[in-house]
Amino acid sequence: MSSLNYIFKRLLMMVPTFFLVMVIIFLLVRMLPGDPAIAMAGDRASDADIQAIRERLGLTEPMLVQFWLFLSNTVQGDLGRSILMRTDVMDVIVDRLPVTVFLTVYSVILSLLIAGPLAFVAALNRGRWPDAVIRTIFQIGLSMPVFYIGLVLLTFLAAQLRLFPVGGYGDTFSEKLYHLFLPSVTVALYTSAIIMRNLRSAIIEVLDAEYVQFARAKGLPSRLILGRHVLRNALISTVTLLGLSIGNLMSGTLVTETVFAVPGMGRLMLEAIFARDYPLIQGLTLTFAVLVSFVFLMTDVFQSRLDPRMRLQ
Amino acid sequence: MDENTPILQVDGLNTTFHRNGRALPALRDVSFSVARGEVLGLVGESGSGKSVTLRSIIGLARRYGDVTGQVRWQGRDLVEMADRALRQIQGREIAMIFQEPMTSLNPLLTVGLQLEETLRAHTDLPRAARRDRAIEMLDLVGIPSAAQRLKDYPHQFSGGMRQRVMIAIALAANPKLLLADEPTTALDVTIQAQILDLILRLAQDMDMGVLLVTHDLGVVAQTCDNVAVMYAGRIVEQGLVRDVLREPRHPYTVGLMRSVPENLPPRTPLYSVPGVPPGLDALPPGCAFAPRCTSCIAPCSQDRPALSLITEGRQVACFNPVTKSQGNAA
Repeated sequence: MSSLNYIFKRLLMMVPTFFLVMVIIFLLVRMLPGDPAIAMAGDRASDADIQAIRERLGLTEPMLVQFWLFLSNTVQGDLGRSILMRTDVMDVIVDRLPVTVFLTVYSVILSLLIAGPLAFVAALNRGRWPDAVIRTIFQIGLSMPVFYIGLVLLTFLAAQLRLFPVGGYGDTFSEKLYHLFLPSVTVALYTSAIIMRNLRSAIIEVLDAEYVQFARAKGLPSRLILGRHVLRNALISTVTLLGLSIGNLMSGTLVTETVFAVPGMGRLMLEAIFARDYPLIQGLTLTFAVLVSFVFLMTDVFQSRLDPRMRLQ
Repeated sequence: MDENTPILQVDGLNTTFHRNGRALPALRDVSFSVARGEVLGLVGESGSGKSVTLRSIIGLARRYGDVTGQVRWQGRDLVEMADRALRQIQGREIAMIFQEPMTSLNPLLTVGLQLEETLRAHTDLPRAARRDRAIEMLDLVGIPSAAQRLKDYPHQFSGGMRQRVMIAIALAANPKLLLADEPTTALDVTIQAQILDLILRLAQDMDMGVLLVTHDLGVVAQTCDNVAVMYAGRIVEQGLVRDVLREPRHPYTVGLMRSVPENLPPRTPLYSVPGVPPGLDALPPGCAFAPRCTSCIAPCSQDRPALSLITEGRQVACFNPVTKSQGNAA
């Protein structure tokens, strides 16, 4: 089966997932305490105003009709109007999405750059001091909350040493790399600790595998044995973990983007929740769901590229 | 080169592993030689050091423990040799095949790639010639439509076919010695004979020595010229296969031979050597086999018998070797 065929099938399988996500979002928003119309209308609105807003939002319709409207509007790309931003939710999301995607991709790349080489060093020196040092440092990193690491980095590197900006998001690519370095490192420290631990034990396991012994007995250069035989096999379990971590990492942007004042979807979500901006909450939740599903799809595609045994099913 | 000149000479080989701060003597004072084109069998129970012997010769064991002694190969000592120099011998002059065809091939790489990377490491052949040679090797080990199967992955082959692939990979660079670590143990009985025949035929055609590890005396009888019996990390008896099997002198060899069921009426309880082999961390001070031995005498539990020549071409490490009449009685 070709890759494209596989991706198409997986995309089809996502349709019921998204339907379910929309049902949950729809119900959650309606179960929240408080009336969105009151929140939208503001403090000085009359009962008639509120009723008008209700009708405009379609809240007077039966639940099933409301759900149908929500569903058909969403499919057409209409996520409603944000109360907070006073524009279309779609426009706000299109505006903020690249920031969060940039931050996420940046964090993932940094995590891999940190975790990959260190996992190799630790695994190849199993039980000796480099292994112990690396594992201890990451253990400390894992046990500290992300926002705390973020605040410490912000205080020392940005506020005191002025090496990095305390917030914001640059315009050019290199400015973005610079502005988002601290938030990305903060996220990466945690993610790389998880990846490092998993990759280290995967490498150790693969190093003792018979096919690696066979590769050594063939007299292959070490570089080839580590790169072609060890790393690829060790990556299989780590890729799955990485996919799951990226899901986590996106919800983590709620915290990081707030601490570092990055104008992305995470911070926006927090603002939307405080403002009871229901259309925006719905839109953002849906966007996060789409992103996470996309990451899981990519994980599976990459996995099947890596492991021929998964391609046949 | 003279037919009887050894190509491999192992002398006083010791391999020690360390677990939880304790030294485990996996091999002690192992000495033997393999001549050009000779098939030497290494037999013994699990844990007797057969496999470690192979891994110590080809340099896999030293990553996991200490290897001392001498492994003379073409006038050079492989034990002392640096990794880089050793890689010029691994796969090129000495090759090894493993017991488990299911786990000994990399599941993520095509068999073509796993074959060609050996050729790439050890020959100057250009890409196209490597491919031709890979097809030739698969063909040689009896894999049908070899050219089409280069791009297949190991899981697309059956167990016996995978073992053939492994042999093809190991022999691709024309080695002079093949270390075979129980190459048929994981296979069906019918396939076992085919694979053994294949190894022997190729060894003969390529004038290659074979060091065959097995726990199956039947395999030894069919395939080997000489045999060395190992127990608890030492060779306890060594000689020509026909002599050793006709007239075993070490009580352990006698016990091993009695454990092979032969011409027994149905429902006869099978014989097994009483007791279990000692743990490597708790070897007795004298002969390691003494606690299980039926001909144990006074010195056996205090002193260790040295491997010594007792008749022409026969070495036995025993204070009280079995005589011919006893052997028959047992």
